[in-house]
Amino acid sequence: MPKAFFERFEKEVSIDAYGAYKLDASLILQALHVLYQNDGYTFLVDMTAIDYLHQPSALRRFAIVYLLRDRLFSSVITLKIDVDETLAVDSIASLFKSANWAEREIWDQYGIHFKNHPNLKRILNHKEFIGHPLRKDYPITQGQLCHKSDDLMDEMTPRLKRKGIESHDALMFLNLGPAHPASHGTIRTFVALEAEMIRCAISEIGYLHRGFEKSCENHTYNQIIPYTDRLNYCSAILNNIAFAHAVEGILGIELPDRAQFIRVIIGELSRMIDHLVCLAAILVDMGALTNYWYLYNPRENVYDLLSKLTGARLTNSYMRIGGMSHDLYEGFEHDLHVCLKAIDTGVGDTLTLIEHNRIFHDRTQNVGIISQEEAINRSLSGPNLRACGVAYDLRVNAPYYHYESFDFDMALGSVGDVYDRIMVRFEEIRQSKRIIEQAMKRLPKGAVCVADRSISLPPKHEVYGNIEGLMNQFKLVFEGVKVPPCEAYRAIEGANGELGFFIVSDGSPKPYKVKVRPPCFYAMAAYPSIIEGGMIADAVLSLGSLNIIAGELDR
Amino acid sequence: MAVGAEAIFGDSVITSTLESALSWARESSMWPYVFGTACCAIEFMSVASSKYDISRFGAEVVRFSPRQADLLIVAGTISYKQAPILKKIYDQMCEPKWVISAGACACSGGFYDNYTTLQGIDAIIPVDVYVAGCPPRPEAFLDALLAIQKIQADEPLLLDRAKRVFKGRLDA
Repeated sequence: MPKAFFERFEKEVSIDAYGAYKLDASLILQALHVLYQNDGYTFLVDMTAIDYLHQPSALRRFAIVYLLRDRLFSSVITLKIDVDETLAVDSIASLFKSANWAEREIWDQYGIHFKNHPNLKRILNHKEFIGHPLRKDYPITQGQLCHKSDDLMDEMTPRLKRKGIESHDALMFLNLGPAHPASHGTIRTFVALEAEMIRCAISEIGYLHRGFEKSCENHTYNQIIPYTDRLNYCSAILNNIAFAHAVEGILGIELPDRAQFIRVIIGELSRMIDHLVCLAAILVDMGALTNYWYLYNPRENVYDLLSKLTGARLTNSYMRIGGMSHDLYEGFEHDLHVCLKAIDTGVGDTLTLIEHNRIFHDRTQNVGIISQEEAINRSLSGPNLRACGVAYDLRVNAPYYHYESFDFDMALGSVGDVYDRIMVRFEEIRQSKRIIEQAMKRLPKGAVCVADRSISLPPKHEVYGNIEGLMNQFKLVFEGVKVPPCEAYRAIEGANGELGFFIVSDGSPKPYKVKVRPPCFYAMAAYPSIIEGGMIADAVLSLGSLNIIAGELDR
Repeated sequence: MAVGAEAIFGDSVITSTLESALSWARESSMWPYVFGTACCAIEFMSVASSKYDISRFGAEVVRFSPRQADLLIVAGTISYKQAPILKKIYDQMCEPKWVISAGACACSGGFYDNYTTLQGIDAIIPVDVYVAGCPPRPEAFLDALLAIQKIQADEPLLLDRAKRVFKGRLDA
């Protein structure tokens, strides 16, 4: 409970039906200052806007939502302000650096202006785009052709000026990406070089913006599961779990123990293979190709297991609201054992090559450093934050699915450089293996879905055996799961950090609004400041070590 | 002692056309440029890795400069924002060149039927082979490569591919 905040704003704050602290838009900057300085709410989880156009009971069309965590990271508080007809509110980017991109996104998607924002321009949609697509009156299929990419000089020139560089004569401007092998497909960083040193860098994202959040408003909750697969496609099932977990929170249901344990096992396996790709790719970026095969080939073993289990290699869609599509198969334990052994061997072989390797140390140690304060202020999470030495892991700070009962260690770095980010991931692979082994030993028997027939499908013998079962299946498939009206945020520890969903439901089978809290988004926002002043070759490693996945970054 | 073809044919001479000899030589040394943007690019990593091993078909020399490549593999969603870049990359490749559109998104926009996603890259650049799947399995990528090789074998080398008529939405 934020004490100082309540003392100071006793009269102005009200608590709405869903537990959010509501206050007047003019007070938001002051309120956040008090929360930040006196109550220790230093971590901005996410911020987003809601368009209430189709909800006539709302007084104002737009509202903005701020999600914050305190120093212990264990709980989230929600602040909410209504936006008046000027469609302008104060920017909080002076307090939280992470708000810079978050506010740009709200401007881009909803057309809400932020006063005193340092650089309020579009971020996900292209320069020629007209309108604000997440507004309820924007037609979902109305695409707009882009003819020319942004040259980004409108950002570069003022940024150089702020650094005291007026003349461009000594500089070379270079685009790293979006079509560059080390930029992982779609990430563009525009740099001003002086010899090989980066004097100034600007990142542009949105090249893989696929309209996830708009598509969600058009699909039932279970139909959204395949879309979540494609957020962070390196660990698809963790995204399934995060989304289902958020919806189950609103429904107020608790999964059967077996379902929770299976989610732990498959989730941790996904975390392992996500880290494998990240580590394999960054070692290739460094020129160490052999390690790529050592780390990537065990992924094939896991693909085989997942194909057997879910029918798909990469985009599995295994989870459902209220459980999962089916139980584990016979022989799963043996296959899992083979996978874990293969990963162990791959990780061991790789570490033998790099752990005491002078070139590896020189390339990674004290490169791309982020300090603790900076990392928290920029809302980094997951391995990237833990590499800075901040003990924040949702599995420990706010345990779910019995994580508190597992014996595992949180891997922490000390410097916050590329080396720490790599080594934290190696250690997390080991720890995930420990969790999986314990979970397999304790795996209880029982159902894998909740018994509530308005949420999960009836067993097949009932569907084919009696009319009630048939009707039940028909109605659930055609209408979907109905979720009571609510505005709620719930998160799990994804492979890249805090992966949460803020969902606005209105009682219908389709969400009114879905906002992902993508860990990559905030890591990417921090990237230009990490690489400025460093060598261009190090910028490639910094990007690899942050593990930016475009699907999740751009949504 | 002669081995292989020499042992079989001895001193005899094989006659063929220049076209078919060159097509035969080219088909097993494609140099792909992977325009990987999303999930499909992760599956392409498997295609290039040990288990599926694209080098069995002579296409393992993955180039990261379009100027050195003759096969463009578009693996992943192409948004409207990305489209001008894809077109530029395609234009930078020298003739003769071929294009594989891999995965549902590149072929048709996939299930991203919304304001961001180009509904099929063939609105921007010409496509030779389409691969279904979301994402396609590695075998499907290899199958597409074989289909490209078949196109090459059947196509006269001296045919000037640049003269093919194609007008995309971004062509002035």
